[in-house]
Amino acid sequence: MSDTADHSAHHIDVKEFHPRARAAIHNPQIRQNFRKAMDGLMSKRKSAFEGWELETLRDLGANIRLRALANLPDLLEQLEQKLTENGMTVHWAADGDEACEIVRDICVARNAKSVIKGKSMVSEEMELNHYLDAQGIEALESDLGEYIVQLADETPSHIIMPAIHKNTEEISQLLHAKTGTDLSHDVEYLTANARLQLREKFMNADVGVSGVNFAVAETGTLCLVENEGNGRMTTTVPPCHIAVTGIEKVVPNLEDVTALLALLTRSATGQHITTYFNMISGPRKADELDGPEEVHVVLVDNGRSTIYQDDELLDTLRCIRCGACMNHCPVYTRVGGHTYGTTYPGPIGAILMPHMVGLDEGRHLPTASSLCGACGEVCPVKIPIPDLLVRLRQESVDGDTVHPAKVRGHGAKRGAVEAMIWKGWSWMHARPGIYRMGTSMGARFRKLQPGKFGGWTQYRTAPKLAAKTLHQRMKERSQ
Amino acid sequence: MSSRDAILQRLRHRTGGELTAPECDFSVLDRPEWSTAEKLDMFEQTIESVHGEVHRTTEAGWIDRLAEILQTRGAQTLLIAKDHEIGKALQSATKGREDLPHLLIYDEPVESWQETLFSEVDAGITSTRGGIAETGSLILWPTVDEPRLMSLVPPIHIAVLKASELYTTFHQAMQSQNWATGMPTNALLISGPSKTADIEQTLAYGVHGPRELIVLVIE
Repeated sequence: MSDTADHSAHHIDVKEFHPRARAAIHNPQIRQNFRKAMDGLMSKRKSAFEGWELETLRDLGANIRLRALANLPDLLEQLEQKLTENGMTVHWAADGDEACEIVRDICVARNAKSVIKGKSMVSEEMELNHYLDAQGIEALESDLGEYIVQLADETPSHIIMPAIHKNTEEISQLLHAKTGTDLSHDVEYLTANARLQLREKFMNADVGVSGVNFAVAETGTLCLVENEGNGRMTTTVPPCHIAVTGIEKVVPNLEDVTALLALLTRSATGQHITTYFNMISGPRKADELDGPEEVHVVLVDNGRSTIYQDDELLDTLRCIRCGACMNHCPVYTRVGGHTYGTTYPGPIGAILMPHMVGLDEGRHLPTASSLCGACGEVCPVKIPIPDLLVRLRQESVDGDTVHPAKVRGHGAKRGAVEAMIWKGWSWMHARPGIYRMGTSMGARFRKLQPGKFGGWTQYRTAPKLAAKTLHQRMKERSQ
Repeated sequence: MSSRDAILQRLRHRTGGELTAPECDFSVLDRPEWSTAEKLDMFEQTIESVHGEVHRTTEAGWIDRLAEILQTRGAQTLLIAKDHEIGKALQSATKGREDLPHLLIYDEPVESWQETLFSEVDAGITSTRGGIAETGSLILWPTVDEPRLMSLVPPIHIAVLKASELYTTFHQAMQSQNWATGMPTNALLISGPSKTADIEQTLAYGVHGPRELIVLVIE
């Protein structure tokens, strides 16, 4: 089994990307688990879009998200008003800590001791489970993948399939050790046991915490996309439901969710739709027989309003969290989700996390890519992920020459020697005489050129200076 | 300043300046108008591809069909609505026959009988507000009479769908039924039984919700 301490939820140094990548690459189990899963997801996505005008649909998806972002502050106010009219309570949190405190305060006011959770990446951002544990409130994940990850004291390695890094054998061992389930490779059996354990928890939970896929401003509706039914349980059975969501999840019209849903499920898992599309527009009414009596919505900023300031970086906020970029990423597939050491792994993580942890901490994230472009090609809302990776690379070493640097921790990767070399390079290129002298000297003394350039030549042949410079050859040709 | 005001202020005074909203053209979601028969075929094919079960029946024959289905599964109890026409029809039908399971009426707040609901009910039957052919989905708007948990907690969910209420796409259903003018506390699309692929991408059904979804289509 892999070393679980590496993926433990606590105190991960995001900067230590390379040692983690090296370990993952040399772990055949990790390689195999991810390869198999990502191959399956890629082919399922492909067949799910057969017969669709995919480019037109992606354009629509991008436009819906851009329209929502263009009116973001107005839409958030409209959403707040509609949710309130519908009987829900709206809270605003500047960051993860404040969001955790809001959830705690609601729990304390209700004297709640146990929380059951539906899948929510924002709650992972907040590190809500550990916070609540420290407050003496039990928080239990109910999505099967999240439940497995929580039992193992790990973090999700994929935003849609949290336990994708584990195979059946590993999960069987884990469930046996933690819940007493018999060792078995029968997935139906393992699943049925988890159902049994979690049903008890649903019945007795004081509060249900869920995420949100889309929040509709027009009607004050929270939309949740899921297959298991744990999301419906979480939002229906406990007497109080708390939905946590990033502020960018709002869309103006109910109509918008039809296109986004069509894109989301096909891009994520290749399903034409998930088993449940759950639209919540209020708590239980006086004469209704089930449903939560209280519904709270926590709108979480956590760096999003900063990303919103810049015209290029803004595109990051279009994301609908389908995970297609990681499914198609050759780097993610090889190093796995935990190598990134961040809440969101893969290409979306590489463009989102530097804003949350800073470019000093997250300096290696934008370079964890071959810039092959697959992520941008499959993105259902056409986020130019490769461009954003390049932008963040620029900011991580300098930033100020092309754009005024915006991202916290920019310049952290700047090395004095490298900076001097590039300065000299640009100085020389601006002076034709010196440039020509330099290149002809290079050509003359080419035998002295070193054959190895560290890691760069480990798997590549070093390029050699030509015997004649381009200028010399052009001159000879014209004679 | 409150976090609310601080967030809104930052968003309103963005350094990049004003953003323009692009037009959104939804025509890519349009489909040619299908006949009811075509829609039903499509619906059946799609929902069966995700392990749902479809039985075509009639106004006069659905109770017989239901009794058959439940008998083959050995279901002992069936959860029904009190005042909905489906619940009423079953209440009167059960008086003259032995082949229907014990009927349980959902007419009290769940808190008073949660234990029973979670452990002793084998099946639940609900109506639908139509279906969607393209995605093989049922539209449910739980009500006072047919509460949310009816379609979620029992291991078998039986849904009654009128073939005449099939729409081609989700977009069409939402527009035709004017959803934007008023949503219920809870609205659902249900497209198959509860499932998971979280263990090594192997499908398993009935992880939290019903293991079986059976659709009785009234033609």
